[in-house]
Amino acid sequence: MNGVAMEHGLVLAAVLFALGLGGLMFRRNMIFVLMSLEVMLNAAGLAFIVAGTGWEQPEGQVMFLLVITLAAAEASVGLALLIQLYHRFKTLNLDVASRMRG
Amino acid sequence: MELAFYLGGLTAVLATLGVIANPNPVHAVLYLVVSLLAVAMVFFALGAPFAGTLEIIVYAGAIMVLFVFVVMMLNLGQAAAEQEREWLKARTWLGPSLLAAVLFLTLVSLLWRGDGQSVITGGGLTAKGAGTLLYGPWLLLVELGALLLLAALVTASHVGRLSPVAAPSPAPRDMPTNRKGKGATQPSADVEGQPQPADTDTPKEDS
Repeated sequence: MNGVAMEHGLVLAAVLFALGLGGLMFRRNMIFVLMSLEVMLNAAGLAFIVAGTGWEQPEGQVMFLLVITLAAAEASVGLALLIQLYHRFKTLNLDVASRMRG
Repeated sequence: MELAFYLGGLTAVLATLGVIANPNPVHAVLYLVVSLLAVAMVFFALGAPFAGTLEIIVYAGAIMVLFVFVVMMLNLGQAAAEQEREWLKARTWLGPSLLAAVLFLTLVSLLWRGDGQSVITGGGLTAKGAGTLLYGPWLLLVELGALLLLAALVTASHVGRLSPVAAPSPAPRDMPTNRKGKGATQPSADVEGQPQPADTDTPKEDS
């Protein structure tokens, strides 16, 4: 068989997404939470690319461009929040910031 | 091409495992760079060279350099790695991972039971097709993406400024309103400033 079955690419995207979800759920350090979010966004972009190339449509790459834009915006805002968290609490543990105080 | 796809996928999965199970933030960032490069290799193998190039430039280049820069700036050191190693005990993450694995296995079984007719042969989808589509029917989304980046720029520069907390004396803002309140709150803020730096905010913002 010449070529990759489309399900294999989707399964790879699902594996990466599940790994990112697991990291998001069991890490408490904010750097790792942000990196897990990047992994999950990357997996979503991979799913778009796989579907787009599987159906021979360039819309998948358009959606991947938008996903990359979203990831860049999310990373900048998230890292700004991380710096603010570190300067207020001197730690990166998200449990100390679980309550908003107005 | 199939070999590149499967090797790239395997490398991506292993490097992502290295990201989420690593106590050291710098090592995790390097693993994440490797993972993104492997995903870019998968893109090249699938016949999407434009997306693979963007993945390398934007993700593995720009965003990861941002992460490395922030980790360098915070200067976490060995204590944070020890703390992370303490949190990485198996009983902490076993339950959520098992629950996520149930959902993941359901998704995989649903994907494997598909008809399996569609095969990706790696025919090239070039940047020209994506570009003409991007500036044709999807032009509004390009505008929305530009607005999103502008909003992220403004938000990051607003949130990331360090003036209210990093400056230790709130005197110039509090002085014209009530001079007596400043004298009352300032020594208490100095006393409990070191163990709980969070609580020094509340008297400042109330006054």
